[in-house]
Amino acid sequence: MKMYLELYASLMPLLPPGNSRFRREIKVADNAVVQDIIDQYNIPKEQAHIVLVNGKFVCNERDQHKLVSGDVLSIWPPVAGG
Amino acid sequence: MSWTKKILRVNLTEGTCTPEPLNMEWANDYLGQRGLATKYLVEETDPTVDPLSPDNKMIMATGPLTGTMASTGGRYSVITKGPLTGAIACSNSGGFIGNEFKNAGWDMIIFEGKSPTPVYLYIEDDLTELRPADDLWGKSAWEADEMLHKIHQNPELKIAVIGRTAENGCLFAGVINDLHRAAGRSGVGTVMASKNLKAVAVYGTKGVGSLDNPDAFFEAVADGKEVLAENAVTGQGLPTYGTQVLMNVINSVGGLPAKNMRDVGFEGAENISGEAMHEPRPSDGKPNLTTNGACFGCTIACGRISSIDKTHFSIKDQADKTQYQGSSGGLEYEAAWSLGADTGVDDLDALTYVNFVCNEDGFDPITFGCTVAAAMELFEAGKITLEDTGGIELKFGSAEALVAITEQLVTGEGFGAEIAMGSKRLCEKYDAPELSMSVKGLEFPAYDPRGFQGIGLNYATSNRGACHVRGYTIASEVLGIPVKTEQTDTDGKPELVKAFQDATALVDSAGICLFTTFAWGMDNIAPQIDAACEGDWSVDKCLEAGERIWNMERIYNNAAGFTADDDTLPKRLLKEAIKSGPTEGQVNRLGEMLPQYYELRGWTPEGVPTAETISRLGL
Repeated sequence: MKMYLELYASLMPLLPPGNSRFRREIKVADNAVVQDIIDQYNIPKEQAHIVLVNGKFVCNERDQHKLVSGDVLSIWPPVAGG
Repeated sequence: MSWTKKILRVNLTEGTCTPEPLNMEWANDYLGQRGLATKYLVEETDPTVDPLSPDNKMIMATGPLTGTMASTGGRYSVITKGPLTGAIACSNSGGFIGNEFKNAGWDMIIFEGKSPTPVYLYIEDDLTELRPADDLWGKSAWEADEMLHKIHQNPELKIAVIGRTAENGCLFAGVINDLHRAAGRSGVGTVMASKNLKAVAVYGTKGVGSLDNPDAFFEAVADGKEVLAENAVTGQGLPTYGTQVLMNVINSVGGLPAKNMRDVGFEGAENISGEAMHEPRPSDGKPNLTTNGACFGCTIACGRISSIDKTHFSIKDQADKTQYQGSSGGLEYEAAWSLGADTGVDDLDALTYVNFVCNEDGFDPITFGCTVAAAMELFEAGKITLEDTGGIELKFGSAEALVAITEQLVTGEGFGAEIAMGSKRLCEKYDAPELSMSVKGLEFPAYDPRGFQGIGLNYATSNRGACHVRGYTIASEVLGIPVKTEQTDTDGKPELVKAFQDATALVDSAGICLFTTFAWGMDNIAPQIDAACEGDWSVDKCLEAGERIWNMERIYNNAAGFTADDDTLPKRLLKEAIKSGPTEGQVNRLGEMLPQYYELRGWTPEGVPTAETISRLGL
């Protein structure tokens, strides 16, 4: 199925080639969970700090959270502001 | 150097500078900086005083860790009654001048009265003099800074100075130090101008001393620095991307307000984000971001130093704008949001330019951007016309309009004079008070209270109005520090807000930066204070002092005329649900949280600290 992967800040170099700043359309297995994508794109576990699916946090259930076609998975390393 | 135990009282009416011993009994209860200076203000002024009258006082205060080797130990604050809000005003700044005050031997400087003519305060250790500033008046903060360095022929001189907006009566003028750090909010610079005080120039050579337990101090400081270095946020995230990295995060989670907070979500967010600041631009191949920067003693270095594209319309071929050709401070997230998303402008160079002007002439970019945004909505609604604006098409998304109105604000001419009053007064004047996005007269920072329930409660109850750094629950609601809480839940938020507010009051009184708390807990901070200062500064005592400071500020505001009715949010944020995105349908549910917050604080249902609370905290 097709979905979208967004990588931000220091994770941007891990995106495959493409034109958008942060977003790529990717193909994943129909039963993929969030952790599968994190592994597939070689994102170090401690660098997948803020993880969102369609703007909603996925905190401790990354091994169970099943993705569906058209989902947007967004990932940031540890960052802060104020 | 812990406390120097010495303060300087400057009577501007009489032209005198008088040393006094620090009240150590108060220092033991209120620590320093925000807490201790507020205690002096509370004891010495009438809460109903006109903020811009000679009877109001203004205090520049350091904390006991300011000037020490504690990481980020360079902070100082300006404390007064604020003219924008009529509430307690306390604006905190980094840079290098806080350290210089301490090195010259002063914990704080109390300014009272009003000078008959413009003056500046010169401090060189024990030498303290008011000197004429007629030549400096009418100059920008940057010009005055350069003139003072030339007059004194001392590159080490540290300067806090107001710009032209303060002199023109802009109600949200700040005090600029070290060119691009600012005590920015609540109009503390306007108070300084009302006293005919243009600048404070300080040079200190006394160095560090009087640590209570030097061995324990250096051990606690080293431990603290190790924690900051090893933490992924303070060790890597903040130095690399600064606060601006939040632009895309907050937009993605459905919490970025836009266009005078009418919308949540801004389509141009990525163009003004921290990541965009790293991208090479077509004209010269250089990125907007030149480098990161650090304040005195800081081992985080989150600051942004950036430059404007020389081909950008704001500065291109303009001989009178050479000061903007090089690199300077900004953008930080709050300024990028208020000047950008809230006005609908996604032109990174325009925002960088306006931010430079904010620094050069000393005004708060948050209140300014939000006031322009309110004016844009008034313009769209036909309540403000082209005749009012002098021909400026004040439309959402117009970088040209933003730049034009910025330049008018500096000169105090045209519609800039109306923007200078802030959004509350502007919207009241044009018969649409509901369009002012403010609490107690202070405009919102960059987190929508509909998207984050906790920050909404913090805004409503913050003692200086809508301020994120009074209780930054975003740390928990987004960043997971110290634990992740659900952003749209109200459960547990009163406890969270109170805990953040009390801890922040203590940090702001210590002389260190709030950003340390992305990695440090009170168990990292208390040992540093305890080793530096006499007395027993345990974690519990630190937290109790924070709560005491919060309640003291509350009692001051109540005496100034504020009531529980002022602990609220604009109707838009309570009634108009977010239209789309991950937080669709949300409003802020303040009513579910506020009664419990009052109860936790030991306040009556009317928001007044009970006799028991006052007694418990020794107020």
